[in-house]
Amino acid sequence: MRPLTLESLNPVVAKVEYAVRGELAIKAEAYRVQLQEKDHGLPFQKVISSNIGNPQQKGLDQAPITFTRQVAALMEWPALAELAPGVFPKDVLARAQELQEEIGSVGAYSHSQGVPLIRNSVAKFIEERDGYPSNPGHIFLTGGASAGVSLLLSMLITPPHSGVLIPIPQYPLYTATLAQYNGTAVPYYLDESSGWSTSIKSVEDAIEKASSEGVTTKALVIINPGNPTGALLDEETQVKLVELCEKYSLVLLADEVYQDNLHRRDTYPFTSFKKVVRNTQSPIPLVSFHSISKGVSGECGRRGGYFECTNISDDIIAQIYKMVSVGLCPPLSGQIGVDCMVRPPKSGDESYPLWEKETTDIHQALAERTQLMAARLNALPGVSCVDSPGALYLHPKIDLSEGAIAAAREAGKEPDAFYSLALLDQTGICTTPGSGFGQKEGEWHYRLTCLCPGVEEYVAQLEAFHMRFIEKYGA
Amino acid sequence: MRPLTLESLNPVVAKVEYAVRGELAIKAEAYRVQLQENDHGLPFERIISSNIGNPQQKGLDQLPITFTRQVAALMEWPALAELAPGAFPKDVLARAKELKDEIGSVGAYSHSQGVPFIRESVAKFIEERDGYPSNPGHIFLTGGASAGVSLLLSMLITPTSSGVLIPIPQYPLYTATLAQYNGTPVPYYLDEPSGWSTSIESVEEAIDKATSEGVTTKALVIINPGNPTGALLDEATQVKLVELCERHSLVLLADEVYQDNLHRRETYPFTSFKKVVRNTQSPIPLISFHSISKGVSGECGRRGGYFECTNISDDIIAQIYKMVSVGLCPPLSGQVGVDSMVRPPKPGDESYPLWKCLCPGVEEYVAQLEAFHMSFIEKYGA
Repeated sequence: MRPLTLESLNPVVAKVEYAVRGELAIKAEAYRVQLQEKDHGLPFQKVISSNIGNPQQKGLDQAPITFTRQVAALMEWPALAELAPGVFPKDVLARAQELQEEIGSVGAYSHSQGVPLIRNSVAKFIEERDGYPSNPGHIFLTGGASAGVSLLLSMLITPPHSGVLIPIPQYPLYTATLAQYNGTAVPYYLDESSGWSTSIKSVEDAIEKASSEGVTTKALVIINPGNPTGALLDEETQVKLVELCEKYSLVLLADEVYQDNLHRRDTYPFTSFKKVVRNTQSPIPLVSFHSISKGVSGECGRRGGYFECTNISDDIIAQIYKMVSVGLCPPLSGQIGVDCMVRPPKSGDESYPLWEKETTDIHQALAERTQLMAARLNALPGVSCVDSPGALYLHPKIDLSEGAIAAAREAGKEPDAFYSLALLDQTGICTTPGSGFGQKEGEWHYRLTCLCPGVEEYVAQLEAFHMRFIEKYGA
Repeated sequence: MRPLTLESLNPVVAKVEYAVRGELAIKAEAYRVQLQENDHGLPFERIISSNIGNPQQKGLDQLPITFTRQVAALMEWPALAELAPGAFPKDVLARAKELKDEIGSVGAYSHSQGVPFIRESVAKFIEERDGYPSNPGHIFLTGGASAGVSLLLSMLITPTSSGVLIPIPQYPLYTATLAQYNGTPVPYYLDEPSGWSTSIESVEEAIDKATSEGVTTKALVIINPGNPTGALLDEATQVKLVELCERHSLVLLADEVYQDNLHRRETYPFTSFKKVVRNTQSPIPLISFHSISKGVSGECGRRGGYFECTNISDDIIAQIYKMVSVGLCPPLSGQVGVDSMVRPPKPGDESYPLWKCLCPGVEEYVAQLEAFHMSFIEKYGA
């Protein structure tokens, strides 16, 4: 018998990388286990997972929105409405009854596109946000936005010459999925010196370079608000990007999962690409992604999200339907999470005051932490950090000395991974190295989340570590 | 601007077919909508969705297991334990507390392989079933068994000359996924006159035919109990199939999601392939799939399942881990469903007496099928 080895596997597997749960996260998990021993010998008492946008994780403990959980509990065990009268607000009981009549049991497979009533809710949400009609038949609920992104990329890529434009830095779902489906990443560089802005020129340069290498660029991925950057596009740039897609016949894949994480809404508002496409009456095919994992919902573990198709023909919609039907349906828990996100309690509803308080507190905490952390990181020698107007992260640039880089190379690590590993080893704080997101040659970054409560203590540890690091390796 | 057309898409998309939710299901859905009108003009009053194994669907209404739903409700809103004392049996409260201490919030991403504690529950379940140790580190919780099957096939297929043996008839997830990943199905025919049995000969013939066509067969899919057939393999055949995998260096993909749907357990018992592989001390790589969607659990919409890797090296386990990490984690609702399935109430527990399954009346349904069949052969001949 020939044994099954790495060489037996599909060659694309070796090329897939996903740093957010890569080496740093695996080491942090090992430390978490080690900390359970009495004499663990580690210089810290707890691991802080700043590598991943997981607000409700133990230790970060962002509270779930009560309304969502009350509705979800009733959907799990409807008898509770009779057994525990008075425990549930009236609007929660009404919502659960409405969903129960529509869905029946959350243990049944739903329509493969997701429960029709919930897609109607999503369509109304989109209409209210943008002022343009939305067709529930062109909306697909998914197990998190990631599942939708993965599906669309698999459908658009014809190996091996199909290219997809991705921002650098980007959320590595995109590079991982392109590797898995044998597509070619066509990177366009964001400009850190202007707050990680997107320039039309950088995108056009990227397309031309790809073309000269025999790659046919098929789609443009835009993450807005950005990940890891948190940057918001201004509407003028968005219009130009839509025109660019028309010029080059590109599908626009708009990852808008952070649209509800806006720290300075007045100066940095969010405009959806759906709105821009309708405003300009552009014919470009657009797929827009949203999720319940981010915003103030933070319900990562429910696996809920959706994508909306704009300017996409019915026969292609039918093919998308066919592909999702093989996986049967998205998780009902996520679908309910989507309904609660797009149809929250309204002013006058019994649950509204609590909902308003919970969401306001979370928005405020995120904005304050982001601003404080950015200011303190910027004050460190050799660190510069764009103060993100959106999303959940900061992505500071670190200047590493020759000594540090040499030590990293000797250890067989990328210099920013070397820095992140040392930070983890000394403080228990787990971050994701910039090399996992992509960056300009010779630059180093790391991404950390702004989800950690006790931000003063947390930042103090980052500062102390950084000073020790540059003392050891030079500035 | 060149419009986006079907020709613009990845060519594999056109080749993917999934009949379970194909033309028949789409037409049934249209009828369901039509039935809501007053003068719908249809010769029946309701749709019976017999196309898909979806026990809790409206109209079929298999009840969920109360224990599972009570635990799940407490995981959703833990405050209920204080706010509604007496509504929950003690064993449910204890289980929810245990899971909460371990998981924290069901709104957080878990470990990408699934909550470690739940994987330990799965390992214990497997050990009790088979009498052999199971390693939680080699267990992956997934969003339904389908997600695990899809992943493994994508990892094993090197386009375009990789083949995977599939039973005919089979559950069309397999052909659909092979089409999506540019693999070649290598069909082996089950024998209907002998109750849809599997013969070693038919598998060997299929491999030989594939080889002659330049296809390298990499894996053998066995669905046991079968889908659509419901057939159970006898242990002697299972041993021969394991030996065949060794001879041909195949990975055995054992889809065992119906292992808890046994209508005549004494005459047609279920033996897991894990047990057979360990009994025979075979070195073949084996992946075994299970799900909460079938059995008596019937919790399709939660999207819960797992696969166990046997005789698979650590470096391949690490690659599987890497692939699942990109999708972050399986749904917590499904993971909680897996825990409830593999650790149900035991005799003596407060919830044990209620832990039963109710099946709706089947006679009327069968009568309708009989009447239709007679009218069909009357019209078109036998």
